[in-house]
Amino acid sequence: MPWDRNQMAERAAQELEDGMYVNLGIGIPTLVANYVGDKDITLQSENGMLGMGPFPFEGEEDPDLINAGKQTITELNRTSYFDSAMSFAMIRGGKIAAAILGAMEVAENGDLANWMIPGKLVKGMGGAMDLVAGVEKVVVVMDHTNKAGEPKLLKECTLPLTGTGVVDRIITDLGVLDVVEGGLKIVETAPGVTEDEIREKTEATIV
Amino acid sequence: MQKVYESATAALDGLLRDDMLIAAGGFGLCGIPELLIDAVVDSGVKNLTVASNNAGVDGFGLGKLLDTRQIKKMMSSYVGENAEFMRQYLSGELELEFNPQGTLAERMRAGGAGIAGFYTKTGYGTQIGEGKEVKTFPTGPDGQEEHYILEEGIFADLSIVKAWKADDTGNLVFRKTARNFNPPAAMCGKVCVVEVEEIVPRGSLDPDHIHLPGIYVHRIIQGEHEKRIEKVTTRKREEA
Repeated sequence: MPWDRNQMAERAAQELEDGMYVNLGIGIPTLVANYVGDKDITLQSENGMLGMGPFPFEGEEDPDLINAGKQTITELNRTSYFDSAMSFAMIRGGKIAAAILGAMEVAENGDLANWMIPGKLVKGMGGAMDLVAGVEKVVVVMDHTNKAGEPKLLKECTLPLTGTGVVDRIITDLGVLDVVEGGLKIVETAPGVTEDEIREKTEATIV
Repeated sequence: MQKVYESATAALDGLLRDDMLIAAGGFGLCGIPELLIDAVVDSGVKNLTVASNNAGVDGFGLGKLLDTRQIKKMMSSYVGENAEFMRQYLSGELELEFNPQGTLAERMRAGGAGIAGFYTKTGYGTQIGEGKEVKTFPTGPDGQEEHYILEEGIFADLSIVKAWKADDTGNLVFRKTARNFNPPAAMCGKVCVVEVEEIVPRGSLDPDHIHLPGIYVHRIIQGEHEKRIEKVTTRKREEA
């Protein structure tokens, strides 16, 4: 059985270590916060906050307190606020230990495409290009194939890039792969998924 | 030194003209200068270039200036919340210059700090880096050369921003994540107009707790803000 969204998030949470400052992207990466357990993790929201808390109780939403996905959130007793220039200073400056992001395509050399489909989806990169350029460890959480069953882990990305050679680890519904010299290396498979199945559904070189 | 004005229209008097570059604060609909945007709509100025992280939503925030076709070009990092924006862009009526979010913030900060350009790793090897000067610096973990691209500071004609409180000398305090792009946007304009929820007497803000000193602020108005929430997300009490 491949992992579902929550199981992928749970697996991604294992990448986080005590004391880390972490940025979580929109979608499945947001769910990772539910699985950090007792680990002392500080979440950064690139619109200007360290120490992001859970969603507010109904009736306690504050329009001045949102995350990078524009959702209402809360603060914690460790929270600090700052402006966007300082927020990206700490991102580009390498102070954030890990970023967990979604992806449309990843190439075997670690190239990432996750911001644009020409002629179709023109929303923008937001903070993704800065994050992948500056953050120490970039973990991608994504479906292994698209809806038509075609690989999303490719020899070369076909979509406009977000960054070149930036991805360290990929967590898909089928397993966990690392970007290494010469291609991708399977480091773990989801329960009941074989390495052969991953190879069959991956265009990138598996080493 | 009289910085306090009666209304948004009065505060913008003499500052607006066609074809100008305006830097606007805000992230999504959080911390946007809603009163000043309304006054720019009412003024009828056109062919504006607006540097702002987002473009509002349909019918609110900068979306109002899109509905009236007063904007010629946006400089933004993310515009996915606005159907009218997408329509104008895909039909070629509106120019769009995508900037990575951190690059946009730093370009504004740089403009306000007298820095004409800076090198950043962000965007190297992507569409964003095309046509820009590339330089390497030995910044890798073991002193390896890494690639950087040259980005230019933004020097805006006018800044429109939103703060929480100001004193009458223009010292500003922001609230929570409504700070976002407001300080860098305020810094990069030749003239900066600020709207706040409350103007307090000088001496009542702790000088150690000023987020942006009044030297960057030229005109101030106080007013009522709608502060619309883009995505209300909550948890149920029993989950606590």
